[in-house]
Amino acid sequence: MLRIRNLEVGYGKLKVLKRISLHVAPGEIITIIGANGAGKTTLLHTIAGLLRASGGEVVLRDQNLREYPARKIVGLGVSLVPEGRQVFATMTVMENLQMGAYLPMRRDKNRVREQLAWIIELFPVLHERAGQLAGTLSGGEQQMLAMGRALMAQPALIMMDEPSTGLAPLIVKNIFKVIVKMREAGNTVLLVEQNAKAALHIADRGYVMETGHILAQGAAADLLANQDVQRAYLGRDVDAQT
Amino acid sequence: MQFCLCHGGLVFFMTPELFLQYLFAGVTYGLIYAIVAIGFNIIYNTTGIINFAQGEFVMLGGMTAISLHHYLPLPLAIAAAVAITMVIGALIEMVFIRWLHNPSILRMIIITIGLSILIREGALHIWGEGVRALPYFNGNEITSIVVLGVGVSPQVFWVLGVCGLMVAALYLFFKFVPLGLVMRACAANRVAATLCGVSTKNMVTFSFVLSAGIGAMAGCVVSPITYSQYDGGTNLAIKGFTVAILGGLGNSMAAVAAGLLLGIIEAFSISVVPLAFQDAIAIGILLIILFIRPHGLFGNRSAAMLKEF
Repeated sequence: MLRIRNLEVGYGKLKVLKRISLHVAPGEIITIIGANGAGKTTLLHTIAGLLRASGGEVVLRDQNLREYPARKIVGLGVSLVPEGRQVFATMTVMENLQMGAYLPMRRDKNRVREQLAWIIELFPVLHERAGQLAGTLSGGEQQMLAMGRALMAQPALIMMDEPSTGLAPLIVKNIFKVIVKMREAGNTVLLVEQNAKAALHIADRGYVMETGHILAQGAAADLLANQDVQRAYLGRDVDAQT
Repeated sequence: MQFCLCHGGLVFFMTPELFLQYLFAGVTYGLIYAIVAIGFNIIYNTTGIINFAQGEFVMLGGMTAISLHHYLPLPLAIAAAVAITMVIGALIEMVFIRWLHNPSILRMIIITIGLSILIREGALHIWGEGVRALPYFNGNEITSIVVLGVGVSPQVFWVLGVCGLMVAALYLFFKFVPLGLVMRACAANRVAATLCGVSTKNMVTFSFVLSAGIGAMAGCVVSPITYSQYDGGTNLAIKGFTVAILGGLGNSMAAVAAGLLLGIIEAFSISVVPLAFQDAIAIGILLIILFIRPHGLFGNRSAAMLKEF
């Protein structure tokens, strides 16, 4: 579905992504883990078109995404749930969801209505808070709203940037459950997480990023079992156990 | 609160007729200030900048309508003047603002100040220094409608009606019309709006078109009372800016309240201080507000701290 080859992105002379390659197949949950500054957010922003790449290719199905501005990429079926939720704070929950359907609304209103019903089924709390200003929601509710808004665009591929940041463990569990449900409904998910353990538990495959490179990749179960990954990202003291 | 006391004191020395005269004058000017302030707010909300050429839109609307009125009947002349000013607003945005990549706030402000000078000089070149006016929409200078025992020019009701209608229409537009919703979304979070598929650049252009339109409309209805001149926009921009700050930048409904407040204070000030000091009152209020309540009378302090400017 998505294929990235030798992608290079930088701010001025500083290269943040150094010849990154990865692919995402339809229906997969792929997770990208890595420490702060590894370039995970930069990667997502480049796919979404918010940043321009200096080299390499990003291909969705047959489309070269590098040729499109961010606002067109949504229409091609790639939605980003940005880091820090980025909800429209001064607008109500329902208006936020309406904004998510900005493009599909022109094509098929009935389909948008169905999508809204499904999103409310995923996040019943959004229905209860429909008339409330998004800025007054709790962090977890804002995360759900940001995900709901991205889903309103009816994406084939949904990218999530650190959805668990700053949330209570119970809410994180809830959100990860929804990610699994989204896959069951046919969405493909690209998940960037610092909470590597939780992410690898729901993912099919994973990539480990460090300072702009991909260090390791493989089935999620293999990465979970990998001693280097455990030592660096899962906070497990492997040496003490052996 | 001290304003109410002030009114009470004035009423004591004033006949009820005079009081009403001042009140009507105050509300008339106040609504014009409010329209200019709303023009500021619309552009501020989508771009984060203050468009200091906002007053020039008001001037352009009035002057263009006056010129067109030689050839066209009044309603058509006004409609055409508003349309022309909207096109000028769009051109200004497309030529001077659109292609800038992440410009700093300061750079944008200097650009709009430069534009306001450019438009003013252009207007001087086209129309000269003369003072002009549209004819009264109904009757003439001395026609008056008696309200509560005082004679009020019908033009005052035109100003009240048209400005009131514009405020109500804008409120409904931002609340219920999809395009208004999208503009609010751009104001709330530009990156998130882009991620929803919105062309934020087009929304910025549209915000210039919208504020040019309402400014020009206000310039037309008020022209018979206040007259139009090539440099009439500067004064209105200062008053409108004061009102926008007084109400809290970005808050259009508060701008209406603040506009009425400033208009009424100015109108009643004539009975206390000489006319020449009238403009000083607006500047004085602006300075006091910037010192003690920079987030405005109705603004939220914590929300104001999050803003860039």
